[in-house]
Amino acid sequence: MDRRGFLKTSLVVAGTALTSKKACAQEQRNSEEFVGVLVDTTRCIGCRACEVACSDEHDMFVPDVVNDGALDEHRKTSDKQWTVVNKFETGKGDVFVKRQCMHCYQAACATACPTEAMKQMEGGPVIWRGNKCIGCRICMISCPFNLVKFEFNEWNPKIQKCSLCFERLEEGKKPACVKACPSDALMFGTRLNNLKIARHRIYSHPDKYVHHIYGENEVGGTGYIYLSAVPFDQLGFPNDVGNTPYPEYTKEFLYSVPMVLFGAPAFLLGLNALAGNNKPSIEGEFDTNNEGANDE
Amino acid sequence: MNKEAVVYASFGNFFRFLIQEMKPRGPWFTPFNVISIPIILIGVIILYFRFVYGLGSVVNLSQEVPWGLWKGLNVVTGVALAGGAYVITFVVYVMKVDKYHSIVRITVLNGFMAYTFYAGALLLDLGRPWFGYNPYIGNSFGFSSILFLICWHFLLYMLAAFIEFSPAVAEWMHWEKARKFLASLTLATVILGITLSLLHQSGLGALYLMAKTKIHPLWWSEFIPIQFFVSSVYAGLAMIIVEGTISHRVFKNFMEPNSHRSFEDIVLGLAKGAAITMFVYYFFKALLFIHEKQWELLNDGFGLWFLLEVIGFVLIPALMFAFGFKHKSVKVIKIAAVMALIGILLNRLNISIICFNWYADVRYFPSWQEFIVSMTVVFVQIWVFRWVVTRMPVLSSNHQHT
Repeated sequence: MDRRGFLKTSLVVAGTALTSKKACAQEQRNSEEFVGVLVDTTRCIGCRACEVACSDEHDMFVPDVVNDGALDEHRKTSDKQWTVVNKFETGKGDVFVKRQCMHCYQAACATACPTEAMKQMEGGPVIWRGNKCIGCRICMISCPFNLVKFEFNEWNPKIQKCSLCFERLEEGKKPACVKACPSDALMFGTRLNNLKIARHRIYSHPDKYVHHIYGENEVGGTGYIYLSAVPFDQLGFPNDVGNTPYPEYTKEFLYSVPMVLFGAPAFLLGLNALAGNNKPSIEGEFDTNNEGANDE
Repeated sequence: MNKEAVVYASFGNFFRFLIQEMKPRGPWFTPFNVISIPIILIGVIILYFRFVYGLGSVVNLSQEVPWGLWKGLNVVTGVALAGGAYVITFVVYVMKVDKYHSIVRITVLNGFMAYTFYAGALLLDLGRPWFGYNPYIGNSFGFSSILFLICWHFLLYMLAAFIEFSPAVAEWMHWEKARKFLASLTLATVILGITLSLLHQSGLGALYLMAKTKIHPLWWSEFIPIQFFVSSVYAGLAMIIVEGTISHRVFKNFMEPNSHRSFEDIVLGLAKGAAITMFVYYFFKALLFIHEKQWELLNDGFGLWFLLEVIGFVLIPALMFAFGFKHKSVKVIKIAAVMALIGILLNRLNISIICFNWYADVRYFPSWQEFIVSMTVVFVQIWVFRWVVTRMPVLSSNHQHT
């Protein structure tokens, strides 16, 4: 290989090496104690104290719980409210369901985020960090539950979603909604412990609960887990998200990245060498005069 | 003293040259100008509102539909159509097929422009573009993120495409030494460019992998990345045919006299390539469809829409390309190229917009402001493209230079 050829080769390799570090897939976290909340919908009385506590805690829009009649419609969390309680009329009477970010065990939003603005903190809470976020909204595309919200009507928009009161957890406190709940419908604890309690409740009251803990296996497990007296699809929970952790869907593609980054240049350089040396094409020179002659 | 004077003089010449080149040439009152100038002006006004009052003031996006026309059309579709650059540089520089040499520069320029303006469109769509440097600088790299990969690839590919094109700039500036140096980088940047294209053409599809439950099952598949890559090959080839046809009408004066005949020959070659790639793509689509046992999904409107896309705008143009190649009919090939491009547009828009949240009660339809801004991006690109083509040696080696 002559000097120029060597230079070219090393340029290509250097160029690709530069980009290759992004190829490493996210490390698998060990399944140490994750925290989360157990929501027992059979205990919820629909007082919406959690909504008020959440908004107070995070300086957001505080709903007028007594007068706004919001339970008449099915609301979604929004860029104004991180958590909402909805009423569902079911065969077993009215059921109230609190919804918010599920804090997936392997979060799609955090995996998809190009800048780690959406990040899973140690212990489980998935939080949003404004100084990193570029506002691309891939987190919203990726979220299996559509629970990530964006301030479309701000010049400097923020992503809005439940943070599991990460700052409060740091101080050793419970999330604001859990603290405000008057009926013990919400229980904060480690995920393993919450699962144990949930299973115990189903075991001791097999007629009261459906035998399904929503969030135990869905999308690989979530921080928020739910108990219910009626099937979950009657409560507005999606039943098509599957049990595969969402990062799995892009993992194979990411695995192929280093192979392409290094395989393709090697392959192309090889092809180029095999293609022979008869034409001065690589000079980037532009000679249409030869062109016509060759083609006829 | 003398040295300084020389430097000043040459700088003066340089700037005079630039200013001279900035001046418009040719008639102003053309249909394209009459349409594009008002749209660009309105687009700029809309963008003012977008940056002062937020995206919501001009777009119809919602919490359920976070990506709309600007990403679906300008970024996802636009990048697919720019695939011609990596295909042609592969053929000419790696495989050393000289037949296509005369279209390399215009194709690479096209690719470079497309990436520049579509990455620009991405900035318009970002909620917080002032943090747009975050994926590149700072300790916040999302290594597990497909979009992170795409951010880097866009930047690096633009750089590679620019270096591939830069000998033309050097020629225009009469910088002979720089031209030689830049031309010597061509093979390295071509190989880098092809590698990056392999990954980010497919990566654009991989963005939608985690939207599994949101995209209609006829369109979502774990093989979206491969489909995006394969279809970008023929999208690029079809785009070269369409764009070349337009160039041969509009920029006639800038071409060699005999280039028209060699272009027809090139078109036949491109048609063959496009036909083969499209058959492969069609076969892959059909295989997936049969493997997933999706027959019952064909019974509704989405099913018919799917058939229209896959048969009407993939299989039929593929057959037309093959027919056109066999019977040396450039006309059939050109129609096939337009149809293939419509097929790409349909496919990308189906995945990013039309069949995204297909089950929702309230569907997204772009606002008129979104259409205007999308057109603004394309028109500004065409303006810059035209400026470059009429000044630099893109279509021919020696107009005004020898």
